[in-house]
Parts: sequence; structure tokens; C-alpha cells
Amino acid sequence: MLQKDFKRLTLYLLFAPFALWIILLIILPHIGMVALSLREKVAPRVYEFGFANYLDFINEPIYWNTLLRTGSMSLLVTALALIIGFPIAYYIAKLASNRTRGALFLLCLIPLWVSDLIRAFGWILLLRETGIISSFLVWSGIAGQPIEFLYNDAAVIVGLVYTVMLFMIVPLVSTLDGMDNSMIEAGYNLGGNGFTVLRKIIVPYAMPGIVSGCIVTFMLTAGSYLTPILLGGKNSSWFTEQIYNQFITRFNWEAGAAFGILLLLFTSVVIWLGLKLSGQTLANTVAKS
Amino acid sequence: MLSQNKTTAFILGYRLYVAAFFIFLAAPLVAAGAFAFNDSLFPALPWQGFTLDWFFNDTEPKLGMFHDDRLLRGLYYSFVIAVIVAALSILVGTTNAFLFVRGNFPAKNFFYIMMVVPLVIPGVILGISILVMASDTANYAEDVWGLDLEFLRPGIFLVVMGQFSFITTITSLVITARLKKFDETMEEAALNLGASRARVLRTITLPFLRPAMIAAGIVAFLVSFENFNTTLFLVGSEAPLTITMYDRMAKVGSTPVLNAVSFFLMVGSGLLALVSILVQRDKTKQ
Repeated sequence: MLQKDFKRLTLYLLFAPFALWIILLIILPHIGMVALSLREKVAPRVYEFGFANYLDFINEPIYWNTLLRTGSMSLLVTALALIIGFPIAYYIAKLASNRTRGALFLLCLIPLWVSDLIRAFGWILLLRETGIISSFLVWSGIAGQPIEFLYNDAAVIVGLVYTVMLFMIVPLVSTLDGMDNSMIEAGYNLGGNGFTVLRKIIVPYAMPGIVSGCIVTFMLTAGSYLTPILLGGKNSSWFTEQIYNQFITRFNWEAGAAFGILLLLFTSVVIWLGLKLSGQTLANTVAKS
Repeated sequence: MLSQNKTTAFILGYRLYVAAFFIFLAAPLVAAGAFAFNDSLFPALPWQGFTLDWFFNDTEPKLGMFHDDRLLRGLYYSFVIAVIVAALSILVGTTNAFLFVRGNFPAKNFFYIMMVVPLVIPGVILGISILVMASDTANYAEDVWGLDLEFLRPGIFLVVMGQFSFITTITSLVITARLKKFDETMEEAALNLGASRARVLRTITLPFLRPAMIAAGIVAFLVSFENFNTTLFLVGSEAPLTITMYDRMAKVGSTPVLNAVSFFLMVGSGLLALVSILVQRDKTKQ
């Protein structure tokens, strides 16, 4: 009997920090944000319940265009990161010799240890008009005058792909690593060519890693703030920038909260669709990597 | 023969692609680091010669980072915040690991997903939601009880809470993975030999978890140090380094002192990463 009480007490003690963390820092703040977003300002310091903030969003094309733009560019970045990263992950997990494998994996992780800010700063130094690439092109005679590569969508996409690349490669390497080489050999022995083996064996096996990488990549991209602003300049129109403007510049917390909820809903729907389409769950993808 | 040539060409192309990829990975970091040593007022070509002024010089216009009070203060606040966040998130990460590996309770899967969720919420949203709740609570306390809850206003406490809210997921996952590999018969043996539960925990289970706890702590420290999105909304007058650097970049423009800070941070986090690898390596030997 005492043993049972002890076990229950331990369980409560272990559950307490978890519950405090999730309730106080995740659930209550989000409920508070929903409540705030449903407040309408009718007069100075007088508020009423209503959907005005959401109606503002629908009636103002700039707002929802920004959200759609953020969403579509994030999907593009995710797709690019997958296409560029998959061969690298496959090389690290399957083709490299044992010794180079560890070294390559570590090389992949290095940018992860540097903040977003420094990575974006590095790209600025490379891409701007007085930057390295432009100087090199002028010096070598390919370009007649300095070229500005910064402050356009392509620069934003390059910077974002760079920033999120590692979150795509790491889960891919860890799933591919667990794959038995004999499965690939069997595919070839049964007469499959390289493409069939990739499509029928490797990709299905790596699916949890692919989905996990895509989810994290997409969330990071859609929620990113620094890279689009620094590389895209004033007109990057990223949705997190709208949230920041409402909160900090205009001090319109009600609208900012509504935008936050919309971003959360939008990204959640995209991820939910992704999980449904690929037949995966959150627990066997993100939680595992 | 033809197919043989084709595969060698393919493998060569593949290798080139991998090499190009790593150049892509390294390029911005090299650019950010290298200009710290350029003897020029701007982080741009042409190369004007090697200098350490951007680290150690004590006069304007080439004020080095170790004499720049605002940057140093930022570094100090970042360090304090990262240490607190790492300590708290290791603590809760460890209790979470025991909860989910050892505990039996209803809706365990649901709670496990709840534990993972903070990692996929955009950092900006974590920041504003915690800001909103803290301000509401502080305003309520002031209006109703006349209390001035200063710690709920933007500042170090809120920054710590904001970062803790998602970094704990990372530490929990790392420590959970390690605890799952633990052989529970080792604990039973110790118990049978007459050790108390507390002693078993202290001498067997926690030492087994130590590598994972240290690695998780280093990751937590670095993620906290680098964080910008969540911190941006919760920061008060004690701005950590990333915020200070961003301000500098937005207001003054890029100067090589930012390259010097970047270089310093790269070396620092590289060393920490090395420590975490060494710790992990011990784990495989055991």
C-alpha cells in the first residue's frame, strides 16, 4: 500500500513541472492571445467582444496577401531544401566512408551553432552591391559595374534555404542511417534501376525523416523574422513583420494578436495537411528526430 | 564499358555537388568571420591588410569589441540568460524524461504530443503570447490589488521564460532518448542489494543520464544565446547580444566590429560543440 502511495506521489511530483510549463507558458498565453484578438476597441480604453480584427484582416488585401506570400514562399523554401538536402543526406548516410561520414555530418552542423543574425550578416556581405560576389564579378570583368544581389525575393529564398537546410538534413540522415543497405541491393537485384529504387524503396523508407524535416523547415521559415527583413529589405512583406509592426510600432496589440493566431492557424493547417497526405503523425516524425 | 563510364561520371558529379554544397554552407560564415581582420572601416573588399583592431583597439572610429561597452553588456546578459535557461530546461527536461519513460498515466500520448508542440510553434508567437499574458497579469495586479509586479514587464525574467518555453522540449527529447536506453535491471539490482531509492537515483541513474544532460545543456545554452524571434518581443532594457547586434546593424549599418563579434561567437560555439561531442563520445564507450 505504501509502495503504491509512493509511486503516485512520485508521479505527481514529476507531473507538476511538466504541467506548470505547458499550462503557464503555452496554453494560458495562447488562450490569452485568442481572447485579446477578439477584443474590439470602441473608444479609448473601452473594449467590446467582436471579430473586428479578423474582419480587418479579410478586408485589407495587403494583410492576407502577405500571409499567402509568406506561406507560398515558405513552401518553396521547404521544397528547395528537400531537393538540395536529400542527396547530401543520402551521401552522408550511405555513400561516405565511416570516417568521412562523421566529419561531413559535423560540417553540416556547424552553421547551426551560429545565430540567424550572423548567417544573414554573412549573406549580406556576400550579396550586396559592395559585397564579395559583386566585387569578384567586376574584378574578373564579367560584370561592368557592381551588381546589387540583395533586397529581392531570390536573396530571401537563398538566405532562408541556407538557414533551414540543417533542420532538413539532420532528420534525413538519421532515418537513412537506420536503413539496411541490403534493401537497396535487393531492389537492384530485382531489376530496378536507380530511379525506381529511389522512388519505391529509399523515399518510402525515409518518409518519417522527410516529413519531419519538412515540418520543422516550414515552421521555421514561416515564423522567421530576421532573414526576410535583412535580406529582403523594407519591402520583404513577411507576415511576422506585420505582427511586429502591429505590436511594437503601432502598439495595436489586438490586431497583432489576431495576426499571430492567423499565422498559427495557417501553419497548423499546412502541417496537418502534410501529415494527412503523407500518412504520418507528429509523434513518429518530429518527436523522433 | 559505357555504363561503367556513366557510373564513374555520375559519382564524380555527385562528389562535386557535395563539395559545392559545403562551399555554400561555409561561404557566409567565412565572409562574416574574415572581415573581422580586415584593416578597413567597412566589411567589404578590397583587402586592406591584417589587423586585430576590431577586437582590441580602444579608440573610435575603430573601437574593438572588447572595449565596446554596449556589446560587452549584451554579451553579459546573453550569458546570464543562457545559463539560467539551460539550468531550468535541464531540470524540467529530466523530470519530463522520467515522467514519460517511467510514468503510467492516462492520455500519455496526448501529453507527449503537448510536450513536442512548443517546438513547432513559431518563436514570434511564443514571444507575443507570453508578453500578452504577462502584461495582462501585471495590469490586473496593479488595478485590483495595487501591486507592482515589475518582473512581469519586459525584461530578463520574461526573456528567460520565453526561451525556456520551447528549449525545454529540446532537452526533454534528448534526455528521454537516453533514459529509454537505460537497463532497469541495474536499478533493481542496487535496490536488492539494499540501496535506498534516493541513493540508486544518485549513484546509478543520474550518472547514466549525465552525458545526455550535459549535451542537452550545451544545446540549450547555444539555442538561447542565438535566439532572436522570441526574445525580440520580451526584451526590456537589458538587451542580449543578438538584439544589440541587430540594433547596431539597423542603425549604424554593418561595421567590422560586428564581424569581430561574429568571429568570437563562432569560435565560442564551436568550442562548446566540441565539448558536447566529446561528452557524447564517452557515452558510446560506456
